[in-house]
Amino acid sequence: MSNLDIILQQLANGLILGSFYSLVALGYTMVYGIIKLLNFAHGDIYMVGAFIGFSILSVVSGILGDGWTGIVATMALSMIAVGFIGVIIQRIAYRPMLQAPRLSILITALAVSLILYNLVMSITDGEFKAFTVGLGYEGISMGEVYITFTQMVLVSATAVLMTILHLFINKTMYGKAMRAISIDQDACRLMGIDVNRVIAVTFFVGSALAAAAGVMAGVYYGSIHFFMGFVIGLKAFTAAVMGGIGSIPGAMLGGLILGLLESFGTQIPFIGSEWKDVFAFGILILLLVFKPTGLLGRTEIERM
Amino acid sequence: MTTDTLVSRTTGILGLIETHQKTLLVLFLAILIGIPAYANNYVLEVLANTWFYVILCLGLNIVVGYAGLLDLGYAAFFAVGAYTTGILTSRFGFNFWLTIPVAMAFATLAGVIIGGPTLRLRSDYLAIVTLGFGEIVRIAARNLKITGGASGLIGIDRPHFFGTELNQISHYYFVFLALALLAIFASYRLQHSRLGRAWQYVREDEDAAEAMGINRVAIKLYAYIIGAVFAGIAGCFYAAKMTAISPETFTFSQSILILLGVVFGGMGKIPGVVCGAGALVLFPEVFRGIGSMRLLVFAVVMLLVMLYRPQGIWPAQKS
Repeated sequence: MSNLDIILQQLANGLILGSFYSLVALGYTMVYGIIKLLNFAHGDIYMVGAFIGFSILSVVSGILGDGWTGIVATMALSMIAVGFIGVIIQRIAYRPMLQAPRLSILITALAVSLILYNLVMSITDGEFKAFTVGLGYEGISMGEVYITFTQMVLVSATAVLMTILHLFINKTMYGKAMRAISIDQDACRLMGIDVNRVIAVTFFVGSALAAAAGVMAGVYYGSIHFFMGFVIGLKAFTAAVMGGIGSIPGAMLGGLILGLLESFGTQIPFIGSEWKDVFAFGILILLLVFKPTGLLGRTEIERM
Repeated sequence: MTTDTLVSRTTGILGLIETHQKTLLVLFLAILIGIPAYANNYVLEVLANTWFYVILCLGLNIVVGYAGLLDLGYAAFFAVGAYTTGILTSRFGFNFWLTIPVAMAFATLAGVIIGGPTLRLRSDYLAIVTLGFGEIVRIAARNLKITGGASGLIGIDRPHFFGTELNQISHYYFVFLALALLAIFASYRLQHSRLGRAWQYVREDEDAAEAMGINRVAIKLYAYIIGAVFAGIAGCFYAAKMTAISPETFTFSQSILILLGVVFGGMGKIPGVVCGAGALVLFPEVFRGIGSMRLLVFAVVMLLVMLYRPQGIWPAQKS
């Protein structure tokens, strides 16, 4: 392969990876923006999304087939189901803790993450599940670079979801309320905004996006497992920090940049794919040292 | 029995404990020292393991309980200690006892590298950075030549103590018991020191503490380093006890287990943390059947503790 081919191929890989990171990072950043909680369980929500998608697909593919119609229906249903799971988690575990010390709510989030992880592990007996879809491997080739239609559709689907989210945040009443709460929660309460309801909606949207990413990852990689959420949770957090935590365009940008950095990073001599994760965490640590506000984040004056 | 009489009886017992504190402590210690003469190897193994987790939990308690910082990669410092001893004794022929100061130095260094830059930031960033650091250490241990790769290190030398080779489980029972007592003593002294009060102050109100002239970054860093050194030392002895170590001992779940011990018992309270560590080891031994569900049960308990009893299982005593 020529150098140009390698660059193009890695560009395609990076964009796909980046789409997943962006979708998960959005959930982190939205929740952080609104209640300043680092939701450790978010990576596991993504994993739960993949498994719920797997269960729904096994039913839906009987009716609509395992082509794109079936997958789109699966994705929509999973997003709704996981969105409600997110709301339930928020209601049970996080809402009572909102006034508690920061450390307590962090540990609560960690507990939720462990519960989801171990629950899915027990249910699936720790096995890999094959995500069988009938999409084939057709695509277009440019020289030695080969891009499947699946890859293209997944990246476009991410773009569509992000556009919808953008419109939701900027054009609807809930979006406006979310932005207002992230600035001053008490003032919002005084203005008659139902803060708890808006927080629940935020969790719904964030979890639904993670579920979309989970189903897409299942379609793309072909198999899912209970520990798939751990590393992506960390990386999506890196992406959210990279873009500036609390900033929605930042999370989208951060995810794409991290995906590209990672796929090009594995091409650097002496950094094999086994060091891929170290590469991403290294970036996170350097970033926090030199630019903790991220690319698009606001400068934080308040500190904990 | 009504609740009232139960309460009065409990306070009565607690009062008895209070008045005879010293006698009871000596009696308890005598029992602990006497155990190896009667117990079988299984009991000793479980108890040695308990003392070992007591050390780790007390170390993490300094970071989480005293300074109020969430550390999710604590196993990394434990790994630093274990690998330092492992590499130095098995590859360079060091005497075991000489590796301890080296391990302490490395643990300090690791604490400074991770804590130094991130402690200035929001505390939840620290949580995720420590999580990332824990993973980096594990992946590095798995991929480097010097750490023996995925299969780890074997044939780590047993230490000698006044001419006796420490190779019996009863030896390690005493080693870890002594270390645990040392850790309890050190924690107690730290808690009531100037530094301990500074930690409490910063934990309760960071801005006020800083206004009173406390250098918050420095004292958090001290907490972080002291916690790291506790784990480093525990790691040295762990390597000596096991004679073989592999990267899979130092996973994220290991860090989580240690954190669970701290949370169960009530963050910041020494007796609580000791009990928490004990519960951590004894629970899976008693309930063998649940096997892989262990962490699930622990996680549910952790959630319930945070929601309903954030001060932990040990009764809170605010002075």
